[in-house]
Amino acid sequence: MYVKFDFNALCKKVLDEKLKEHGLKYRLLNFGEVEFYEPLTQEQHNLFKKNLEDYGIEIIESQKTALVQKIKDAIVELVFSDEIIPVKASIYISEKLNHSYGYLSNLFSEVAYTSIENFIILQKIEHAKALIIRNKQSLTEIAHKLNYSSVAHLSTQFKNTTGITPSQFQKIIGRRRRVQSMVINPKMQYE
Amino acid sequence: MNKEFLNVIVADSDDNTLIFFKNILKELKISVKVQCFSNGKNLMEYLNNDDAVVPEIVFINYAIPGKTSMECLEDITSNSKFKNMVTAIFSEPIPENEIEDIFVKGAHIFMKKQDCFDKLKKVLTEVITINWQYHTSGLNKDNLILKV
Repeated sequence: MYVKFDFNALCKKVLDEKLKEHGLKYRLLNFGEVEFYEPLTQEQHNLFKKNLEDYGIEIIESQKTALVQKIKDAIVELVFSDEIIPVKASIYISEKLNHSYGYLSNLFSEVAYTSIENFIILQKIEHAKALIIRNKQSLTEIAHKLNYSSVAHLSTQFKNTTGITPSQFQKIIGRRRRVQSMVINPKMQYE
Repeated sequence: MNKEFLNVIVADSDDNTLIFFKNILKELKISVKVQCFSNGKNLMEYLNNDDAVVPEIVFINYAIPGKTSMECLEDITSNSKFKNMVTAIFSEPIPENEIEDIFVKGAHIFMKKQDCFDKLKKVLTEVITINWQYHTSGLNKDNLILKV
């Protein structure tokens, strides 16, 4: 006897049965996409994933997420490195992850809801904030450390990202700290 | 960190503003679950309830009745339960020094109230996107100060 498989129907049926078995509320879309009406807990996700492995079905979404996480890690490494890395961010990321930048860039925007470029700016400004708070370096030094061509360039990007200038940021954080120390040690306000 | 959606609370005494917010938040690419409150007292009663889900972000009108927005902010900053929650204050135009005071008191975001749907959508998209990054990329929320 010979049998002929309709792989698409077969896989869909298996998936359908397994989803039901796990008591998940879902809707099957085309191209192997499943939409959940309620988000899965980590435990449900793990159980479901493990169960599907027996049928040779793999959850791709988490792979995508994992790759995006790797891109984020590479960006953090790039931005927070003590040495200035002398290559363009796009080249650094694509060489590090061994994929074309175009592919990574599209995937990132889809999963992270922002572009790689914007994420790099966000991380750089976060780093600038941390350095400003530490209060050990001048803005000129911080601009140089973060590879900005000038203080003006850093200040403009800071303002575009946060809506305030680096000095306003410094002032707010300073005032917050004074308020907090007064709450902890009320005597201080009379000193 | 994997996240499927953001829990958002909006507090304003004006029903139209609440509807505006809800409609816009529904349209965003990032999934959002919205809850609304019409005064500061009800908002804080809900948040202080042990069973309440602490949202990722709460939007409070600067001029909210019931309990003032600054009193709400004080309660929020003094309770460690809310350490992962982002607080956004929105208002009609107010002087710069008042905005600074709002940040000093612990708000993360100050948003100028936009009456036009498209402008509010633009601002909310920015706020929610930034929040998404803070909540999914392990950024230090204490350093989040955003004026839009």
